[in-house]
Amino acid sequence: MATNQSDINVYVEKQKRKRELQHYYVSFVLMILFTILAFAAVMLRDSINDYLIAIFIVTMAIVQVVFQLYYFMHMKDKDHGFPSLFLYGGAAVAFLTVISFVSIIWIS
Amino acid sequence: MSETHTSIEKLANPEKATLEGKNKFLGFWFFLGGETVLFGTLFATFLALRDKVASGPSGPELFSITTTFISTMILLVSSLTSVFAVMAMKDNKLRQMQLWFWVTVLLGLCFLGLEIYEFSEYLSEGLGYKTSAFSSSFYTLVGTHGGHVFFGILWISTLMIASYKKGITTVTAPKYYVAALYWHFIDVVWVFIFTVVYLLGILGD
Repeated sequence: MATNQSDINVYVEKQKRKRELQHYYVSFVLMILFTILAFAAVMLRDSINDYLIAIFIVTMAIVQVVFQLYYFMHMKDKDHGFPSLFLYGGAAVAFLTVISFVSIIWIS
Repeated sequence: MSETHTSIEKLANPEKATLEGKNKFLGFWFFLGGETVLFGTLFATFLALRDKVASGPSGPELFSITTTFISTMILLVSSLTSVFAVMAMKDNKLRQMQLWFWVTVLLGLCFLGLEIYEFSEYLSEGLGYKTSAFSSSFYTLVGTHGGHVFFGILWISTLMIASYKKGITTVTAPKYYVAALYWHFIDVVWVFIFTVVYLLGILGD
């Protein structure tokens, strides 16, 4: 009776949980790394082109946010179709707003 | 009582075990989509007005890269502790969940304290809310984020106080899960704030 279906399910869940924990650790370390790289890049602003640094730190931010969303907020898991739709919908509107405000010429 | 107790232990995802829980989960993500738009407009306003310092001080004159770095690390660690809290919730370990959520709250308070200190410094340097277009858009963007941190602290604290009585059930699990999502979202917004406001601000100097 030790190996009935529910015991197997519990075992599978535990294994899944273990792997999930590893994912969390790896994402966390990577996020710390992206943050440090972004700050370090700004510290080096005297020797590197400002434009390159700007592109680099914005990329670091986006990559870090992807890790936060997909691993910490579980968007990589199944049943996250609508959450993705909502978030990307919101992000698209936000992006358009930023683009239009940045390119408005009559402010300056 | 013991029946509900054993049943929740077998659930892998107690937050989505009921229709109400599923609805809360979906509804909360819809709300986060709206929050994204809210912060998008605040970022857009800030980006359009950040050079309009009038006669007041500019951002790079005031910003401290060390303070920003410490705040960032505090919030990033608090994001991990709330992940641990949700993991403990899924394992039906109430004490562990409470511990990790309380650590999250504590880190949130540290972040908020640093921000208040930072704002009071700026204020004494002559950057009031109405000093310039830059100052208004800066305080509105960063302050709205700080307000979210404050709300998150209140929310998680009250949930935790109630958890001593209510424990982890299919009714309370969605609440804990959704509060953790909110906390992660606060960190997502902060990533853009430290990049766009502080780092790009210092860079553009």
